[in-house]
Amino acid sequence: MGRYILKRLAAAVPTLLAVLTVVFLLVRVVPGDPAQTILGDQATAEALAALRARLGLDRPLHVQYFEFVFAALRGDLGNSLVSGRPIIDEVVAVLPHTIDLTLAALVIGSIFGIPLGIWAAMHRNRFIDYVTRIGSLLGLSFPVFVSGIFLLLVFALHWRWFPVIGTSSSADFGDRMHRLVLPAVNLGLIMAAYITRVTRSAMLQVLGEDYVRTARAKGVPRRVVVWRHALRNALIPVVTVIGLYLGILIGNSVLTEIVFNRPGLGKVIVGALNQRDYPMLQGLLVIYCFLIVVVNIATDLTYGLIDPRVKHA
Amino acid sequence: MKPAEAIDDIADAPPEPRSALVRAFAVFNANKTSWVGVIVFGAIVAMAALAPLISPYDPIEQDIIARLQPPSAEHWFGTDMFGRDVLSRVIWGSQISLIVSIASIAVALLVGGTIGLVSGYIGGRTDLLIMQAMDVLLSFPSLIMGLIVVAMLGPDLINLIIAIALTAVAPFARIARAPTIVLKERAFVEAGRALGFSHIRIVLVHILPNLLAEVLVMGSLWMATAVRVEASLSFIGLGVRPPTPTWGGMINEGFENILDAPWLSIYPGLAILILVFALNMLGDGLRDATDPKLRGE
Repeated sequence: MGRYILKRLAAAVPTLLAVLTVVFLLVRVVPGDPAQTILGDQATAEALAALRARLGLDRPLHVQYFEFVFAALRGDLGNSLVSGRPIIDEVVAVLPHTIDLTLAALVIGSIFGIPLGIWAAMHRNRFIDYVTRIGSLLGLSFPVFVSGIFLLLVFALHWRWFPVIGTSSSADFGDRMHRLVLPAVNLGLIMAAYITRVTRSAMLQVLGEDYVRTARAKGVPRRVVVWRHALRNALIPVVTVIGLYLGILIGNSVLTEIVFNRPGLGKVIVGALNQRDYPMLQGLLVIYCFLIVVVNIATDLTYGLIDPRVKHA
Repeated sequence: MKPAEAIDDIADAPPEPRSALVRAFAVFNANKTSWVGVIVFGAIVAMAALAPLISPYDPIEQDIIARLQPPSAEHWFGTDMFGRDVLSRVIWGSQISLIVSIASIAVALLVGGTIGLVSGYIGGRTDLLIMQAMDVLLSFPSLIMGLIVVAMLGPDLINLIIAIALTAVAPFARIARAPTIVLKERAFVEAGRALGFSHIRIVLVHILPNLLAEVLVMGSLWMATAVRVEASLSFIGLGVRPPTPTWGGMINEGFENILDAPWLSIYPGLAILILVFALNMLGDGLRDATDPKLRGE
């Protein structure tokens, strides 16, 4: 397993370098002068030159590139234009809120999605299967900010079961959880829709395999076949989808944080957009991509845990 | 018999298009939800095209006296903070959703499809390099990427289309590449090469038609995503600039008045949901129809 982990980590290095290159190019290839965009049309020539110098834009492109890459590899993503503080500090300050939210959504998505998918697969083409399929398709058709607003209208404004604002600074665990419910349900139900669909189709595929038929023929109870024999093999595509879903989950968490007015990376991004804090946006893009690369590795390592054949391949 | 016609006589000729089409239609037809998708999507396209005729009011004209009115016989979906008719704005808003999603997916399909086709056909190191580049693009979360591109280019119709297309190029490249590497080894393609056909002719005439169905199906499913991303960007304030009505933009404006005037967010929200749901149902049906396993092949 140790070698497998090392191999997987080594493979991520070129990807990370490529990501840094793309982010660097993205910010510089785009037409227009970032200094002009930040300061607006009324800016004087001196102010523009000063900002360019501060952002390092007056230096040759290859110098800028190597400085950016080496700094990023050291964990230095530069400073925010607005607060002047290191970007990494600003991110670390709000990251726990975003992690709380995404982990809670992941749990909700799996708790509902996996059993529902198995249930639908076991009752293929029957009423339950039909309802589950339509329901999950509806779930993944919901733009997350629309479902968020609907949840807010019904459960926070109409019935007042939950607070309108999704977080508090109090250290009280119960209060924090209470405020987490609506945003997490919002993200989690959409995630459950994805997981249900993949679990269903993966289970259908596995349930048609010879070894499942053999187990049934041997007289193994259906419940045992489904939960012990079939599910373990069906879990690989499910884990893949959960991993791939992270990109969508990140976008969705930004929108959920806006709707529920929760602090987190989403609010930082929107703030940076409104204040034209380009170094911040660049840094956030790097951090998001880094998170995705890390999760991809974690997903691959999970395969090794579910299916021992993977790590020896 | 001309050499090109002789290819059809080879046992490993490309699958006969008509019978495959008939079977595909039978699978599509068997699933009633696909038809619901077709009808609803058609209705929304008609609504967008006929907006000037069917919308009861001017979507931009303000009427300060009639501001923030709840739904009534006069204004079915109520009015917004400038007294504009919400129903008319929902009807007109469908235009931006459809234009942006169709155009961005067309661009992504063309660019990504070409990259995948060429990469798969050339093979070797070039293919490896191009596909690794596509994998890097895939590791960018689409909404964040779209958000940053639009923020830097400036929010307008063309830039929105570019940003959304950019997020969908890599998946289309992958989808076009996979069948290409299988097809280029098939006997009918080798026969074409033996007959001295140019690479361009082989790719365009003999490979492309065989993977078109798969790529178009993905196009319909990705259109649903494009509608969602456009709406999300507009909701964040990076959509086509006001006063042009967009569904996401309307929700953004309505969100400030969510306590007093929930209808401002509810109706455009339902509109987005209905369009995305219809596209997903349509895409699901098309995907089943092109799946050889379900077609009984």
